[in-house]
Amino acid sequence: MKEKEINRRSKLNLDFSIVVKAREAAKNIALDTQKFIDQHTTTTIERTVCRLFGIDGVDEFDVPLPNIVVDNIEKGNGLGIGAAIHIGNAILYTNLSPQEIAEKVAKDELDLTKLSLKDISEIKATVNIIAQEKLALITQKKKTRDELLKKYGDKEGPLIYVIVATGNIFEDIIQAQAAARQGADVIAVIRSTVQSLLDYVPFGATTEGFGGTYATQENFRLMRKALDDVGEELGRYIRLTNYCSGLCMPEIAEMGAFERLDMMLNDALYGILFRDINMKRTIVDQYFSRMINAYAGVIINTGEDNYLTTADAFEAAHTVLASEFINEQFALLAGLKEEQMGLGHAFEMNPELENGFLYELAQAQMAREIFPKAPLKYMPPTKFMTGNIFKGHIQDALFNLITIMTNQRIHLLGMLTEAIHTPFMADRALSIENARYIFKNMKSISEEIEFKDGGIIEKRATEVLLKAYNLLKEIENQGLFKTIEKGIFAGIKRSLNGGKGLDGVIQKEKDYFNPFMDLISYELKKGGN
Amino acid sequence: MGGGSNSTKKEDFDKSLDLTEVKPYGDTMNDGKTQVSFTLPIKDGEKAIIAAQELAKKMGIKDPTIVYHTQLDIEFTFFILYGSLIHTIDFTKIKVESLEVEALSIKEINAYIKEKFKRKIVVLGATTGTDAHTVGIDAIMNMKGFAGHYGLESYEMIEAYNLGSQVTNEEFVKMAIQLKADILLVSQTVTQKGIHVKNLTNLVELLEAEGIRDKIILICGGARINNELAKELGYDAGFGPNTYANIVATYAIKELFERMNR
Repeated sequence: MKEKEINRRSKLNLDFSIVVKAREAAKNIALDTQKFIDQHTTTTIERTVCRLFGIDGVDEFDVPLPNIVVDNIEKGNGLGIGAAIHIGNAILYTNLSPQEIAEKVAKDELDLTKLSLKDISEIKATVNIIAQEKLALITQKKKTRDELLKKYGDKEGPLIYVIVATGNIFEDIIQAQAAARQGADVIAVIRSTVQSLLDYVPFGATTEGFGGTYATQENFRLMRKALDDVGEELGRYIRLTNYCSGLCMPEIAEMGAFERLDMMLNDALYGILFRDINMKRTIVDQYFSRMINAYAGVIINTGEDNYLTTADAFEAAHTVLASEFINEQFALLAGLKEEQMGLGHAFEMNPELENGFLYELAQAQMAREIFPKAPLKYMPPTKFMTGNIFKGHIQDALFNLITIMTNQRIHLLGMLTEAIHTPFMADRALSIENARYIFKNMKSISEEIEFKDGGIIEKRATEVLLKAYNLLKEIENQGLFKTIEKGIFAGIKRSLNGGKGLDGVIQKEKDYFNPFMDLISYELKKGGN
Repeated sequence: MGGGSNSTKKEDFDKSLDLTEVKPYGDTMNDGKTQVSFTLPIKDGEKAIIAAQELAKKMGIKDPTIVYHTQLDIEFTFFILYGSLIHTIDFTKIKVESLEVEALSIKEINAYIKEKFKRKIVVLGATTGTDAHTVGIDAIMNMKGFAGHYGLESYEMIEAYNLGSQVTNEEFVKMAIQLKADILLVSQTVTQKGIHVKNLTNLVELLEAEGIRDKIILICGGARINNELAKELGYDAGFGPNTYANIVATYAIKELFERMNR
């Protein structure tokens, strides 16, 4: 009886008993992997701890101080108990601030693991006080966002999300402010191509990058200020997005938390598949980065859309759904609310495919119904954009149609010049005009339409759901790592001990201590913040 | 504004096609009709329209009509305009050197390999020597590739191994033998003091010493690498910047096939 009621609400007549079972399988997959996560830390997690303590800046060779401190502890074989213990211990010895301690380490005046450990409970009490102060600063940033959203009122319907990617943060600001005035709601600053493989975060404002602009805390701060300014002028809150991916996932999350970024690309598997980062490293890193995002009220965006740029969008549609289920469960374990899960999917089927629009519609509506509270992130056509800007504009229009017909939330705007260059100011304006026209002209369409019983759309959704469930059962039996080794996602095989960054994965010792992880976990479980 | 068609009736021009004086075609031979759009970093208004028209004239567009203009931001204006191009081109004088590598698509490459070799082709890539830059080799090898061109890892019929950076030539050759590589890709970014020349030459010598130089297609690439330099150093080919995976793959598999049948 109850099931029938749910079915009546489904436009696709989805069998929600399968959805429940698929979710259960995904949960088991995540829990199984979480055992590994809980036993390990990484160099970037420990650098994040340093950053959270307020350690920042670079030495004379531009090496960030968090790297210097963590390298120092690693050299003394001390990372297994966590950087926080060593820093806390040094505070007890020197009565200096974490930043002053880092500077001394950089000058070779202090070797953290050479200090014999004082009373552990005293160390923990000392660092806990600092940790609470620092986390209160993040809470304050979150409050500021909530206040601004209340002041201006949040936009209903799809958020128009555009990218800027000039390589120069000051040029990015000009582009971003113009885009906001044209009607963009979310600005993403694309990162320089090499950044995901850097095992450190660059420092300061940057004016040169390749295909994008480096994610640095100063660049975050500059763009945040620029968007707040233009937001005030327009009476709208303009959201800022960056990338918690690569070898420094939690460090970027920390920087974003302090500079009030609103969204972060933050996928559990993306780095493994598309950047050949070691799977153990990414899976451990994603956990802490997502905890920070959860705490800071950041909406994460997952990267399933990327599967479809390498695999066929029609054939591999179920892998997208399966990965969304897995990303959801990992996100829940890290304390993210459903409202913070911008689960990703994309409009990437071959335009030559007969009834392709119907299949895209089925996929988007299905995701909407299975993840009802998630602000789904919908990606535009890229793979079949040709340089024919006139056709491209229409492909983008069809994509815009699906968003408004199925209530997608984070609408990553397609550009008519996709496959030609990073967007010009005019490209963005034309594309925003296209989307606003369709969104306004068809505002309530989703409330007006239903799909034919037993029709192409309904059948397609049923089929994809079933295939996704079968895949999840298979992964549940084999374990996530094995699945990736076999190349199930995006057709990419990665080996357990291959890829970049494995040397940064460290087994936790039994006295391991990370005050931020403990405090954030406590707060999130309390449901506070 | 208003974008009515720009009448050509009054114009008195020859309406027959002359291949020595080819012009754009709108709806009448030699009308020169052209569409241009651009953004100027100036405020929208009368002055902006004149600025855009004058600029169009400098491009060689006669009677430019601004059919649309709009403010993109306070100090930026977007224009779409139509007009008649005064320039012509002598089509009979155009000569094209046939491209050495007519790049196949991923699909075509997979099909070619299936048909000609009936097995997967093994490609081994690395940045060798002390060079730590993986940007070049990643652009060719990694799944995501570069600028929308997917890397060799995404090719169904290619078994791609990206060994990363700072791989010694000895290790590289060892792996090549172990994995029975058909094609070796070497990336070199650092070229200060000709360090890449020494390193690249050393690899050729090692391959010759192992007696496998002739069995493999050896290719190098990098920001300051070109085909001429590569051949001089004993490589089969060299590729410079903005080379995509399918270009390299097309060359390599065709060369491999030719060599098999030589």
